[in-house]
Amino acid sequence: MRASLRRLWGMIRKESLQILRDPSSISIAFIMPVVLLLLFGYGVSLDAKNIPLGIVIEQPDTAAQSLAGAFDRSEFFHPQRFAAIQEAQQALIERRIDGILWLRNDFSSRLLSGDEAPIGVFVNGVDSNQANITKGYIQGTWLAWLQHFSAARGRALDLPVSMEQRVWFNPALSSHLFLVPGLIAIIMTMIGSLLTAMVVAREWERGTMEALMVTPLRMGEMLIGKLIPYFMLGMGGMLLSVAMALFLFNVPLLSPIWLLMLCSALFMLVSLAIGLLISIVTRNQFLAGQVALVVSFLPSFLLSGFLFDIHSMPGWVQTITYLVPARYFVAILQTLFLAGPVWPVVLANAGAMLFMLLILATLVVKKSYKRLD
Amino acid sequence: MIAIMDNPALIFRNVRQVFTRGEHALCALDDVSFDIIPGQVTGLIGPDGAGKTTLMRLACGLLRPESGIISALGLDAVAESQIVQSAVGYMPQRFGLYEDLSVQENLDLYAELQGLPQEKRAIRYTELMHMTGLAPFTARLAGQLSGGMKQKLGLACALLRAPRLLLLDEPTVGVDPVSRRELWAIVYQQVKEQGMSVLLSTAYLDEAERCNEVLLLHQGKLLGQGAPAEFSAKVQGRIFQVSAAGISHRQLQTRLDQAPGVLDALVEGETVRLVMEPAIQPTAENLLPGLDDVHIQPVAPRFEDAFVARLKVRHNGTAGLGGMNLHIDSGEGGEVIRVDKLLRRFDDFIAVNNVSFNVKRGEIFGLLGANGAGKTTTFRMLCGLLPASGGELSVAGLDLHIARAEARRHIGYMAQKFSLYGDLSVMQNLRFFASAYGLRSHHQDERVKWAINTFELADYAETNARDLPLGFKQRLSFAAALMHEPEILFLDEPTSGVDPLARREFWARTNALAEAGVTVLVTTHFMEEANYCDRLVIMAEGTVLAEGTPREMKARARTADNPNPSMEDAFIRLIEQREQNKAMEIVA
Repeated sequence: MRASLRRLWGMIRKESLQILRDPSSISIAFIMPVVLLLLFGYGVSLDAKNIPLGIVIEQPDTAAQSLAGAFDRSEFFHPQRFAAIQEAQQALIERRIDGILWLRNDFSSRLLSGDEAPIGVFVNGVDSNQANITKGYIQGTWLAWLQHFSAARGRALDLPVSMEQRVWFNPALSSHLFLVPGLIAIIMTMIGSLLTAMVVAREWERGTMEALMVTPLRMGEMLIGKLIPYFMLGMGGMLLSVAMALFLFNVPLLSPIWLLMLCSALFMLVSLAIGLLISIVTRNQFLAGQVALVVSFLPSFLLSGFLFDIHSMPGWVQTITYLVPARYFVAILQTLFLAGPVWPVVLANAGAMLFMLLILATLVVKKSYKRLD
Repeated sequence: MIAIMDNPALIFRNVRQVFTRGEHALCALDDVSFDIIPGQVTGLIGPDGAGKTTLMRLACGLLRPESGIISALGLDAVAESQIVQSAVGYMPQRFGLYEDLSVQENLDLYAELQGLPQEKRAIRYTELMHMTGLAPFTARLAGQLSGGMKQKLGLACALLRAPRLLLLDEPTVGVDPVSRRELWAIVYQQVKEQGMSVLLSTAYLDEAERCNEVLLLHQGKLLGQGAPAEFSAKVQGRIFQVSAAGISHRQLQTRLDQAPGVLDALVEGETVRLVMEPAIQPTAENLLPGLDDVHIQPVAPRFEDAFVARLKVRHNGTAGLGGMNLHIDSGEGGEVIRVDKLLRRFDDFIAVNNVSFNVKRGEIFGLLGANGAGKTTTFRMLCGLLPASGGELSVAGLDLHIARAEARRHIGYMAQKFSLYGDLSVMQNLRFFASAYGLRSHHQDERVKWAINTFELADYAETNARDLPLGFKQRLSFAAALMHEPEILFLDEPTSGVDPLARREFWARTNALAEAGVTVLVTTHFMEEANYCDRLVIMAEGTVLAEGTPREMKARARTADNPNPSMEDAFIRLIEQREQNKAMEIVA
């Protein structure tokens, strides 16, 4: 037992020294999270703001000016005026604007007589997602103005149903509030799977694994000796990301921090197990890096629900997402940060991760033996 | 107190190991049986691909044999592999050091792993650091040590707990002769002090003579076991040294090689060493009719002679080796390569420092030195692959600073590592290289046919280069470098790891090239190979230590104790002198 602990300590110390001396480990663990968080926190936004919109007013009377004014004031739009619809259409084709609001010369008269559809809207449908958002915002702004206009004229708008919206958990619908917590899962995947897979494969490649094997060191000691330093490194990266989320991006954390740590630790172990398994099977740095990228990093990015909504994926892709551990962790992260400790969600997802961990750990132990064949 | 063990330290019984890759099955070890006597150094000798590493890995339970029984220190290497691995010391070919850890940190790691008690560490560390001469460098990163120092550190790590059985896989490969001698001294000291049993593998046949006992392995088969003297005793009386006046040593070698009753003829300095067929006495009339002043002198056999006698089959009329049939524009004599105060820096590291030499047309010129001496860097600059940081450099009369591409057309280059396309056939490789040098249609066909015939590659023409035996790979590389009939040939470590027979064949071809007027520049860390060169420089740490003919080099090392020094002795002496000069400078 004592001898075993000594060997384990030897491995941990060696591994830690190597991490400290390898600039790539440090940059993956600490610099990359900062870059990714800044990029996603500030650079990438899924909200539509300042949509370039062309407005064509053929008869500039009071009603038309008032409606255009409503678009001018909206933070969603950045309107420009065009004298004729042809000009505006040309601008749309050239992608200088994303949509057109066309108020024909009979706009006011039809509005006052209560006729239907007095405005014309064109939207660039190349980016369907953006088009839907633009369409929705134009419609929203139009309806709001119409309501206001009718009220001012002393008569209620005769719409069949009036909708009152309330958005929970992220009332401002700002995308960075859910991107930033999800990003923590990506960062931990990088450290746990990609970095670990490559570092362990390096031992095979450089022949140091062969020397380690012909010592009293047991395979289990070697695995744990590798795991602990990278676990610490991954948790360090996680804490850094959480700190940035809380203090830089003002993401609220509505759950106790210990619960976040516990779930992160579980996910870290799953990631490490994947990394170890990849390195044991490939035994080659380049291949390990490629495999880790394809089976671990990309799925975490694309299929975890971090960036793209799982429910809007085709059915068979949704089935695949159940194999991606980051899926469960992203769900936990978004819940813990924005909604608080919702136990059914946390437990169900943590259970799934634990199950994966058991399977992966069994595979790692089975696949690692002190032989070269 | 040394425990005397009568039980063998390592037993192999009918061990067979086969590796399969795709449909190819390779028999790495074929029915190998032996016992290793404890308390002595057993050498495992054989060329690359003989199965040495496989045997080592089997012995420490890293591989499972196909069939047969292996027992190390009385333990079953398969069933009790964990205990075996805990008990033996093992230094793999790539020594298993962590280059980003310091010398001390590497020692600490292996001390923890081997369970060396804390209180014994200080003494053992001091002992090993003193023995390896690494004491001043304990804080240095292992990656920044020289090749020889790395090897000694690897050995120190394997020796920390003084294992009863020590397995060393090619510890001396590419190491400079001084470090090599030190490594051997350390091994013998451990055997004496700790009663350790050592199994050491090497591809250098001359190292066999340093072992107590030898296992000779060739193509997966154990050819023999015994004291090195037993091997050489078998060829006693068949080895002779021949010299003659009025003929160049290369022509002498060619004639002797074809003389009746001669099994093998090898250039050795200004003389030729003969291995005769059994029971044939060489006489001047039989061997060299028409030559005067022929001296034939019997000499003591060496291990390599025994290896050659055992394996060489003389095919009659080896015409291919003699005539190269090249159309070289020999031109007039004079200097073909001129190197003056050549300098190459990599950041603050000076790889080549103030190197000067000249090579004459038709000469075989050697660059001799250990790994890291700057040979390959010099070579790359000569081929125009790497710009020089300073100095003058001209090849075939062209200044390499100006006419790099033009100079390259005159040059054939054979790289250190096999650099042909593994998944193309021999024929496809040759065609590719011919077209890369701009040879077209009829001329190309002619050259490819020449290569196939001259290098006897016809049987393998459709085989993928990857699957060729090592010796044939080397032939193919050689042929590819000669496709455009260059007047200058650069050979970078051409014979590293090949067996003595393939090496002889290689040098026979190189000699024929030189006779045809090709200027050959060759690097080697194989000291004895320097004998095949007309002239050479000895390099260490980027500088030239000496320049001259092999005979001149050896003459400098002649002392009363050592009247007949080898090239290795000469090298060691040069290094020692340099160290002394350095020490003097420091004192001054």
